[in-house]
Amino acid sequence: MKQHSGSTKHYFIPVKTIIVFGIIISVIAVMSFSIKNEKLKNNAEGEIIYKDSLASVKAFKEVYKVLMSPRCMNCHPSGDIPLQGDDSHLHAMLPKRGRDGKGVYAMKCSNCHQPTNIAGLNKPPGHPNWHLPPSNMKMVFQGRTPEQLAKQLVNPKTNGNKTLAQLIAHADDGLVKAGWNPGEGRTVPPLTHEEFKKAWITWLKTGAYAPRSK
Amino acid sequence: MITLTINKKAYNVEVDPDTPLLWVLRDTLGLVGTKYGCGVAQCGACVVHLNGEAVRSCVTKVSRAVGKKVVTIEGLSEKSDHPLQKAWLELDVPQCGYCQSGQLMSAAVLLRENSNPTDQDIDDAMAGNICRCGTYLRIRKAIHLAAAMQRKEK
Repeated sequence: MKQHSGSTKHYFIPVKTIIVFGIIISVIAVMSFSIKNEKLKNNAEGEIIYKDSLASVKAFKEVYKVLMSPRCMNCHPSGDIPLQGDDSHLHAMLPKRGRDGKGVYAMKCSNCHQPTNIAGLNKPPGHPNWHLPPSNMKMVFQGRTPEQLAKQLVNPKTNGNKTLAQLIAHADDGLVKAGWNPGEGRTVPPLTHEEFKKAWITWLKTGAYAPRSK
Repeated sequence: MITLTINKKAYNVEVDPDTPLLWVLRDTLGLVGTKYGCGVAQCGACVVHLNGEAVRSCVTKVSRAVGKKVVTIEGLSEKSDHPLQKAWLELDVPQCGYCQSGQLMSAAVLLRENSNPTDQDIDDAMAGNICRCGTYLRIRKAIHLAAAMQRKEK
């Protein structure tokens, strides 16, 4: 007796479609891999850059919080007089930047700022190389938007001709790190130095994108 | 034991290296021309020269002065005849006088670096030296006079 054909299930296998889709997916995979490789670049200093604007902008938001905190901004004023205190008022006695950023005449930074912190509230914080940016490269933080500051930090004309490697190394500069050892009675930046350094390097190594001003 | 060179003389002192230089000058060595004002580098009464710079000795640890040349008001000139001292006398600058040694030591750095300072230069250089008697205008005038004397001497 002939078996009823309706009792057996027949599946339609779209072989051609699967092959075509397979080819398309493979092509996309190969292309995306090659695009990713194009994004990986060795710059002149051998630093590997993987451009990622989202990660970069996100990292800079963290960096910006630190740079605009009093411990960093107070020595990056918009004028030639440093700022002072957690409210970033003009420095008492109105010392001037001077050509080299180290003050003028009898008002040089190191006349009061000693090589190390000294005990006691309201004593000048210390570092052997206390200074502002020099007059020909002021590196102003005060009043800068995230976009302005990000662009300024990576522009060789405004950052003292610093290369990417030098910018990365600057996170460990002694005077930068002094911000986290500010002496009695002063707040520290909102991130730890390690967190700041990580955000700083991420920002730079993902393309140093500047957040758009709204 | 700490060895210091002050006004071209060597001194050996038994003090803690963290002692403020001002304490050593006044209390240990009796060089009392340098005054204590605020103790937090805010007033300028304690200014002395450390390798020629106008440091505030109240916040300067004595250890920082080791191997350097310290000059106090007693050593500004050998016969109290620095142009600034002569100008100060000529114009009767001091009132109570307490801040004046610091004023003179700061002004001396200005004149060394700028032989013909403007009013703005003087204000910039002297902004850290407070005078409660308000002798600022005479100080400024005397610095101009001293600068003129100094230029004449050269």
